[in-house]
Amino acid sequence: MREKELEKLKEYKYGFSTDIESIKAPKGLNEEVIKFISNIKNEPKWLLDWRLKAYERLKILKEPDWQKPKYPKIDYQNLYYYSAPKSFKEKPKNLDDLDPKLLETYKKLGIPLQEQKRLNNIAVDAVFDSVSVATTFKEKLTEKGIIFCSISEAIQKHPDLVKRYLGSVIPITDHYFATLNSAVFTDGSFVYIPEGVRCPMELSTYFRINASDTGQFERTLIIADKGSYVSYLEGCTAPMRDENQLHAANVELIALDDAEIKYSTVQNWYPGDKDGKGGIYNFVTKRGLCKGKNSKISWTQVETGSAITWKYPSCILKGDNSSGEFYSIAITNNHQKADTGTKMIHLGKNTKSKIISKGISAGFADNTYRGLVDISRNANNSRNYTQCDSLLIGNKCGAHTVPYIKNKNLFSNIEHEATTSKISDDQLFYCNQRGLNQEEAVSLIVNGFCKEVLQQLPMEFAVEAQKLVGISLEGSVG
Amino acid sequence: MTNQIKTDFDKVIKYLKPPKENINLRKKSLNKFINLGFPQKKEEDWKFFDLNQIISSNIKDLKFFDKELFDKKNKILIPKNALPFKLFEHNKIIIANGAVHTIDFRYEDLKKINITNTAKNQSSNTNHSLAYLNSAFTTNYLKIIIKKNYSLNKPVILYNFTNEKITSTNINQRLDIVLEDNSRLNLINLFTDYSSDNFININHEFKVGKDSILKNYKIDDKENSNIKYFYNNIDLDQNSLVENFILSSGSKFIKNEINCNLQAKYASAFVSGIINLDGAKQHEIKTNINHLAENTKSYQLIKSVLNENSKGIFQGKIFVDSIAQKTNGYQLSKALLLNENAEFDGKPELEIYADDVKCSHGSTSGSLDENSIFYLMSRGLNHKEAKKLLINGFLLDVVEKITDLEIKKLIKEIIGVSE
Repeated sequence: MREKELEKLKEYKYGFSTDIESIKAPKGLNEEVIKFISNIKNEPKWLLDWRLKAYERLKILKEPDWQKPKYPKIDYQNLYYYSAPKSFKEKPKNLDDLDPKLLETYKKLGIPLQEQKRLNNIAVDAVFDSVSVATTFKEKLTEKGIIFCSISEAIQKHPDLVKRYLGSVIPITDHYFATLNSAVFTDGSFVYIPEGVRCPMELSTYFRINASDTGQFERTLIIADKGSYVSYLEGCTAPMRDENQLHAANVELIALDDAEIKYSTVQNWYPGDKDGKGGIYNFVTKRGLCKGKNSKISWTQVETGSAITWKYPSCILKGDNSSGEFYSIAITNNHQKADTGTKMIHLGKNTKSKIISKGISAGFADNTYRGLVDISRNANNSRNYTQCDSLLIGNKCGAHTVPYIKNKNLFSNIEHEATTSKISDDQLFYCNQRGLNQEEAVSLIVNGFCKEVLQQLPMEFAVEAQKLVGISLEGSVG
Repeated sequence: MTNQIKTDFDKVIKYLKPPKENINLRKKSLNKFINLGFPQKKEEDWKFFDLNQIISSNIKDLKFFDKELFDKKNKILIPKNALPFKLFEHNKIIIANGAVHTIDFRYEDLKKINITNTAKNQSSNTNHSLAYLNSAFTTNYLKIIIKKNYSLNKPVILYNFTNEKITSTNINQRLDIVLEDNSRLNLINLFTDYSSDNFININHEFKVGKDSILKNYKIDDKENSNIKYFYNNIDLDQNSLVENFILSSGSKFIKNEINCNLQAKYASAFVSGIINLDGAKQHEIKTNINHLAENTKSYQLIKSVLNENSKGIFQGKIFVDSIAQKTNGYQLSKALLLNENAEFDGKPELEIYADDVKCSHGSTSGSLDENSIFYLMSRGLNHKEAKKLLINGFLLDVVEKITDLEIKKLIKEIIGVSE
């Protein structure tokens, strides 16, 4: 029995679950549940009204069905929309008050929450099911005037900022899952970098789904004021369960004049087992607004987990001279499906965007790049460069590229190129000849294929991501 | 629209007198079309080209019946001064206002070609609404079979005329061509429209047998205000080759759709196209290249030159089935925007299920390179000449892909490019 479990864990090492008592909202989606969430979080009235407005809108919206990966219908009434560890009824003041089981969980995941482990210079906000567990390095950040806390805390302490920016990039009238999130979002991170401040360390959020039958709906809001800079990392894992779990997060980024936001994600939700049973449905809406002049937003993502990934981190380049970047690696193995890409909407003059997407497909998986580049009438001298490469391993998988290109401006240029190929026998032979076995060789070649994107990740993440690339493809060759 | 289409349909049946079983087929198609209606923006394939909206804002009242078409005494005058006459000898098929007028294969061995021209049409293999409209209303079902081992001596020119006398606002035309094994055909579709504000719906379906070669050219150059939808389905057998060329510039709205099914190994498909627009024209080329067998090859090159308020669209798709290993698929689309009100939309798509393939696509859009203009001006050309020369070179690239020399010359003359 134990051996069997160990064998299972080998496939996905974050697959354990923590046995912890939790408070849940009643099952189902209705006004009462939304009021319950709002009440338990002690939210002001405007936010509850905002949530209810989103819920009203949700009633008319239909679930989208145009995407490539199809999934069985989700029963939204059979989900818990709020789940928090019981010990959180009174929010712990500091880490010592934390449930030791929780600390143990994060220790297992390799996330340093405790003081002694804060050697690497990263401030972490950990989100467990629906609530933020702990935020580290707070004092040091406060010194600089940086606000880094859970969004629930921000709603209490900085209501003006939240009220001003929440929903300004992803309005409640957006698509189905974004609106669902607006109605029932539970927690997430909030970052505000004041004018002219360069954030001295990487900020990071770690998301963990633990309870079963729950959906995780977090909301992240990052505001970079004039001339500031922040690099933000996001990581996610979930236990192995046979049923599919829904994760529908919203992330909003706002960059004012001369500000820069770098957002990196290593997504490693539970992908389901070899036969495609279980796994997370990762339906996430991420959108950044380059509001000010010379602002910059850069998305980097490494997508290795989830049964279905369906997300398009986008940039709205509104300010003149602003630029957007999107670097992505999507690896799908076994029965995983990924439909991911980006949208670059050029509105301001001299705006630039760059898209590098690498898709790797193995086993029975399907990997789709879907993107939009839209240069509007007034966006003079804008430029876009897009490169999408796909790698296929085996002949049961698929790789697809669906770019949409719209150019309405005479002075702007759009370039797009895409290739699809397999790992060539020559390359494999060369590596084998030098003493690497088949799997090592594939891992090496794939890492080389992804290098352009991996380079964009902060150092600590890059190492992890590189390993992840190797692990995700294990067993796909030979 | 529904009442109009039904009464017009009854009139067509009354005058056309198709066999009884065919009336049923036509009725079924009509009902399917009424259910589906004209394609709209909501449908993914029509995202950039909202036909429903285009038709309702350009055609005042839709009429599907033209009495004159059935009046045998009424001769439609065909202008004899069309350009190809001067350049080379050719076989002719003349289609006037959607009805077959002349079929003249004077240069060929008629035992080797089988031509059927009847009112009894066949249903189409495709199931989009316009194919149903077509099979409900076409006056002629024209089928040409080129027998085994026969290569045509001269190219065939399909003249499509419409004149200003036409009273209906919708023309449907259907042509099926079968090339039996080891045969060869060069076909040119030449459009000369004198009618205005018509919706012309053409459906050509080809079956290309083993080792056969089909060269299929479409030239729409004459200025007119019609809306055209041109659908091509091409099935390719082993070791066959198809070359397609599209010149899309005359009509106000055109959507050219080419569907190539590479069904057996060593089949290859080439598609090249030029979209050259001014005014408020809106043209689209949509390709679907389906690689369904091993060792198949496809190549696409589309170039657009967009002036004034025009809009060019290219939607190209390469599909590779999981058994189609060793596929080679290539696609390139380039667009030149020459006016601040011009627009280019593209959707180059790859859908691949086999691993041992080489597939790539590229798409660029932008204006003329300032450095190149500067270079030419420093050599003594004025701005206008420099621009013209660059556009000439840009388009010549596509024309050079045409392998038939006579036709290449004809097309060069029509576009006005030179080496």
